[in-house]
Amino acid sequence: MTDTEKAPLQPKKKGLTRRQKRTLSRGIQYAVFVAAVIAFAVSADWGRLQNQFAQVDIAERMFPDVITLALKNTVLFTVTGFAVGLALGMVIALMRLSSVGPYRWLAGIYIEIFRGLPALLIFIFIGVAVPLAFPGTEIIGGTYGKVALALGLVAAAYMAETIRAGIQAVPKGQMEAARSLGFSPARAMISIIIPQAFRIILPPLTNELVLLFKDSSLVLFLGVTLGERELSKYGRDLASQTANSTPILVAGLCYLLITVPLGFVVRRMEAKAQEAVK
Amino acid sequence: MTASPPEIRVSGLHKSFGDNQVLRGIDLEIGRGEVVCVIGPSGSGKSTLLRCVNLLEEPTEGQVFVGGTELTDPDVDIDAVRRRIGMVFQQFNLFPHLTVTENLTLPQRRVLRRGKAEAAEVAAANLRRVGLAEKADAYPSSLSGGQQQRVAIARALAMGPEVMLFDEPTSALDPELVGDVLAVMRMLADEGMTMMVVTHEMTFAREVADRVVFMDGGVVVEDGTPAQVIGSPRHERTRHFLSRLLDPAMADVEEETSDQVGKPG
Repeated sequence: MTDTEKAPLQPKKKGLTRRQKRTLSRGIQYAVFVAAVIAFAVSADWGRLQNQFAQVDIAERMFPDVITLALKNTVLFTVTGFAVGLALGMVIALMRLSSVGPYRWLAGIYIEIFRGLPALLIFIFIGVAVPLAFPGTEIIGGTYGKVALALGLVAAAYMAETIRAGIQAVPKGQMEAARSLGFSPARAMISIIIPQAFRIILPPLTNELVLLFKDSSLVLFLGVTLGERELSKYGRDLASQTANSTPILVAGLCYLLITVPLGFVVRRMEAKAQEAVK
Repeated sequence: MTASPPEIRVSGLHKSFGDNQVLRGIDLEIGRGEVVCVIGPSGSGKSTLLRCVNLLEEPTEGQVFVGGTELTDPDVDIDAVRRRIGMVFQQFNLFPHLTVTENLTLPQRRVLRRGKAEAAEVAAANLRRVGLAEKADAYPSSLSGGQQQRVAIARALAMGPEVMLFDEPTSALDPELVGDVLAVMRMLADEGMTMMVVTHEMTFAREVADRVVFMDGGVVVEDGTPAQVIGSPRHERTRHFLSRLLDPAMADVEEETSDQVGKPG
């Protein structure tokens, strides 16, 4: 530091300089972090934890079923639920943008209700109330159909708002250009506006997929057969059979196997979208 | 001047946005093959008039005819009429998710139901016309503003329009790129295209236009040949506008009198 050669611009103050303050602040933050890690490591009973959650032989017994049955079902539930949600969400988004008042109101009410209710209640409603209210009706696809419907109903509410925002984010001139070329409003929407809207909403839609992936665990409230079990149910069943929690840990890792790469993909897409804007 | 029935006829046109009266009774005829430049200060309603001609803005009152069809008839097939009217925007409005060629072929395929080969052929021919054949596979974002605007013109031409509308086509361009776009427009004029051009390019208006229309305050103030309107304007308002446009550095600070702008006090 060369603060002696010329007259200083500001009078010298006592105490720490700006740089010293910054060093001190950073040092304190590291110290708190290290203390927390040590406290956790010392206070946890690692022996019992390992005994309860990391029994290798139990984990080994779960394979390959945890992948071929449980993870497969989880993915299947998620993908069908996402498909239903996307289709329904698109319809609701277009209703929300309709020039016909009742469509707008209906879409608004749908979104408010299904965004406001816990997914669990929707599952119970589909599992219990629908068969009661319409005796004799079978939802196509049995459990798979019910899950797709329940997950789709919830997802549609969120996706409708995302899709609407995406459509509105496409500049007005795009619709004007399409209309002045002779496109009908519907055709312009399908050929010009929606493809651009999807580029904008790809990251939030992928996030929705991750949320659905986790919500698919709610299927256990519908009552499933052995072959229909997904990760959470499978892990829990096995945990109570073996009186050990290792299957829960393995099931959890299987979720992360999908969600972590998906999250990575979302961040990549968001970064790319940011770059495109610049 | 117009022996055949006019290609564009506007009569008694009014347009308001809420309480704001933008057009207050416009009567205008443009004959086949005529090039008409519409000039006037910002807020004079010239862009709104142009957008009324292909019904991007719905007139509040009055009639618009293009090629003998009344666009303001509520039962008219507006999509069919618009196929005969090409429109070029200030902001180009190319479809950014499509390549240059796809920008030209998609409307032909979807709207005119042309086959793949025919659409591609028409697209290539029109890209050559505007001098951008080598950019066929590029995306709009990789082109300069001037190139984008020429692609936009080619896209409109690919639909085989009988009338072309230009809404300040060079106003969003860097000055050195204006010339390329004007050259394409001059070529179209020479080929006999019926054109209605809202512009601030006085040189283009003087050299290319058959007629110049000066608008102010939502009405046509002066309408005549370029020599009359630009060369020896009869109205004070026209003279005032032209002097400010041709020599902006000489303008004096003035009290705002336009009714578009809120008066102080």
